Amino acid sequence: MHLPDGFLDTRTALLSTGVAVAGVSIALRQVRLTMQPRRVPMLGLAAAFVFAAQMLNFPVAGGTSGHLVGGVLTAVLLGPSAAVIVLACVLIVQCLMFADGGLFALGANMFNMGVVSICAGYAAFDVAKRMTRSEAMWATVFAAGFGGWFGTVAASITCAGMLALSGMAPWGLAFPAMANIHMVIGIGEGLITGLVTYAVLRSRPELVGGAQGSRAHRWFAFAGYSLLISIGLAMFVAPFASPWPDGLEYVAHKLGFESRAGEAVLVSPLPDYQLPGIGSAAAATAVAGLIGTVVVFCAAWGLAKWLVPVIGASKKNASTGN
Amino acid sequence: MHRLSPRIKIAATFLLVAVTMGFPRHPDALYWLPALVLLVLWPLARMPLGFALRRLLMAEFFILGIAILTLLAPESTPVLLSAIIKSNLCVLAMLLLIWTTPFHEILGELRRWRFPAVMLTTLALMYRYLPVLAEESARMQRARASRTFQRKRGFVWKNLSGIIGRLFIRSADRAERIYLAMCARGWR
Repeated sequence: MHLPDGFLDTRTALLSTGVAVAGVSIALRQVRLTMQPRRVPMLGLAAAFVFAAQMLNFPVAGGTSGHLVGGVLTAVLLGPSAAVIVLACVLIVQCLMFADGGLFALGANMFNMGVVSICAGYAAFDVAKRMTRSEAMWATVFAAGFGGWFGTVAASITCAGMLALSGMAPWGLAFPAMANIHMVIGIGEGLITGLVTYAVLRSRPELVGGAQGSRAHRWFAFAGYSLLISIGLAMFVAPFASPWPDGLEYVAHKLGFESRAGEAVLVSPLPDYQLPGIGSAAAATAVAGLIGTVVVFCAAWGLAKWLVPVIGASKKNASTGN
Repeated sequence: MHRLSPRIKIAATFLLVAVTMGFPRHPDALYWLPALVLLVLWPLARMPLGFALRRLLMAEFFILGIAILTLLAPESTPVLLSAIIKSNLCVLAMLLLIWTTPFHEILGELRRWRFPAVMLTTLALMYRYLPVLAEESARMQRARASRTFQRKRGFVWKNLSGIIGRLFIRSADRAERIYLAMCARGWR
């Protein structure tokens, strides 16, 4: 998902830089207000950690391998605002030290992999964790895994929107391709996120979880990020999302509210909007995305509940969590 | 060119990338212009061919990934070709900047532009500890490899995520020590 230079046109690059800068500013304000000074070096070390973790390759079927992106993992470990700054710094270093990801696409990459992936993924993590009504270790592991998957898919959708807006590929093609590929890639990201969260929880549970600011600070961050992602969606996705009946419902889905408004989104779009060819591919992908969300949610729930005690049993002396 | 002020180099790279990005979306004679500039600057910077090709290959992976996506669209060949030319030129421009400018000079330049202090600290610490953590993770992998003989896939996944988790714990502890050292040296 590292966009190189030359694929986005100037307008899209500038727009996405704008929203990315806004997102990082919110994160900076949040960190300044809520983070203790002793955690400041942690940001730098976490950035180096994410970079080092991205270099470890996990074997996937067929001789290929994938690696962690780490946004949602950092958000689970340090809190979303710290994670946005960490990911922004990782992307800056990758761009200015390794020419990985373009200079003018830096804003776009920051928005997709930093702001959207982290905020959507963390919102999914939060909602999922609340839904378990449990403080046990498996609940956090499951929610982290689900959030990792959700964040990856969300970022791929805005990325597809940017490519479509710059005229690289029609939305009807970019959206299904990107979303479907990342629904599969996201499984890996979710698994690693969950497993690493579990590894940290098992030996040092006190390290998991970010600085909890006051209620007002949290509400400010929530409102700011939601507004920002809505603006991003309005710019990059809404122009193409005509098969959907109502932009608002789509936004609600993207922000992780689908648990409350899900039924409405599921029923309405399909019967009236049978577009031929490409349009229906996008609609089918949207439906597939909703089904995929439910499937991954249930699978992650089951896996976490089954795996956490199984792996934990072999290392009983180390399990201080729960 | 290594001794040139980083400000000029960064500005020149920005300009080159911006101009290349603004070019029309089809293979055009115009593309010779940035290519020519790069070809003149390359020997001046004494950038080794191997370095450039290796990094270019790494970038090519991402470029082709997105290119395949556009290939599916009908009548997109000119758009696709121009995008590939554009991104390769831009990567080369970035590589010239990277080869001639150490990261701490770029960091100093960012400081002069009033970049937020938290980001600067984070970037500086990241730059400093990146090799340390990379070395540490390589060491942990070597230790694991020398003790385990299984090659089952699930096992590898569990192992690697264990290493990443351990790496996080170590960096958290290191951050704590760094904070104490910073305070001891009078960091406000």
